[in-house]
Amino acid sequence: MKNANSAKMLLVLTGFAIVVGAILALAYQGFYPRIEANRIAEERRAIFSVLEKAKDYKTIEYTRDGGEVVKIFEGMDAGGNTVGYAFLTSGPGFSATIKIMVGINLDRRKLTGMKVVEHLETPGLGTKIEGDKFTVQFKGLAFEPKIEYLKGKKPEKSNQIQTITGATISSVAIVKAMNRRMKIVLEILEGGGS
Amino acid sequence: MAGKSLGAEFVKGLWAENPVLRLLLGMCPALAVSNSAINGLAMGLATLFVLVASNTMVSLIRRIVPSQVRIPTYIMIIAAFVTLADLCLKARLPEISKALGPYVPLIVCNCLILGRSEFFASKHPIIPSIIDGLGMGIGFTGVLVVLGMVREVFGSGAIFGFVFMGEDVFTPWVVMILPAGAFLTLGMLMGIINYIGNLRKEGP
Repeated sequence: MKNANSAKMLLVLTGFAIVVGAILALAYQGFYPRIEANRIAEERRAIFSVLEKAKDYKTIEYTRDGGEVVKIFEGMDAGGNTVGYAFLTSGPGFSATIKIMVGINLDRRKLTGMKVVEHLETPGLGTKIEGDKFTVQFKGLAFEPKIEYLKGKKPEKSNQIQTITGATISSVAIVKAMNRRMKIVLEILEGGGS
Repeated sequence: MAGKSLGAEFVKGLWAENPVLRLLLGMCPALAVSNSAINGLAMGLATLFVLVASNTMVSLIRRIVPSQVRIPTYIMIIAAFVTLADLCLKARLPEISKALGPYVPLIVCNCLILGRSEFFASKHPIIPSIIDGLGMGIGFTGVLVVLGMVREVFGSGAIFGFVFMGEDVFTPWVVMILPAGAFLTLGMLMGIINYIGNLRKEGP
């Protein structure tokens, strides 16, 4: 009696696990193209929003020494001339990773824009990183020697921005993520003939 | 309990046994994602879907699952529906899916759903189980929307994302959007509901 019961327990659990697993695998396959399409559409929107002059873009994939693949998007105008580069970067925010798209103009050594792609910051505070008042500061910001942030003070130099009151951690996370990735991107784009 | 009509099974979730205000089930999502009315609504609807679907399944299989393994089986069923809902949101409503973030997958451990499977669906036929899920789900959604509306009005001067009090006439109470605001609002709401309940009991 006891053995029969154990067998039934095993059978029911295993049976359910297999059925549920199969259904989920199928569902994932069914939904995946749509989810991937959403992701690419969002990436596109973000690229064009940080590279306003771009009409088209192409993706450059560069494999670094450690095997890490760095994706850089080269924005082009209607004539096919390069108008700037965009790249994704991310860093730890207040409650989760913040993912941003950054646009740069290599010749003028300036940022052309920044757009937050993904975040889970506190509504009403951290969410202000998406607001125009904050993002407009990155337009035309010098990225060398590195981007600096000021708390509660108006920026004095061309490479400084002011953090959002009540959302310092979120603001700083963006600047740090930018600086970190910028170094790598510059290395690749200007990488001394390698 | 057997004599209860379907209507009564439905209505109990809305008021007398409201999952959040009376049974205190599903507090985590109720507190975490009620910072705006639209988030509350989306979370409520996702939970409603999972609740009805899992109640249906659990009721269907209630005779073949040995009682020793019923909890893991229920969790597996719930997790499957939650994953489906999450994938579906990601594919069809990416904006809402991003706003809810990790809270959609976390519906798996919403005790409201397991609670209803265990207390109701595993002991009742399929139709009452669906009705119970609907009532509880709508009751849950209702409370989340009300919580979200109150917090959004005081915390952002807006309602359903529509700002009607700009920052020049009204200084938003930031605390209402932070977790503390959820506790304050929920406490007040429960107090009011209990007060009304007591008035009714005592009679005029």
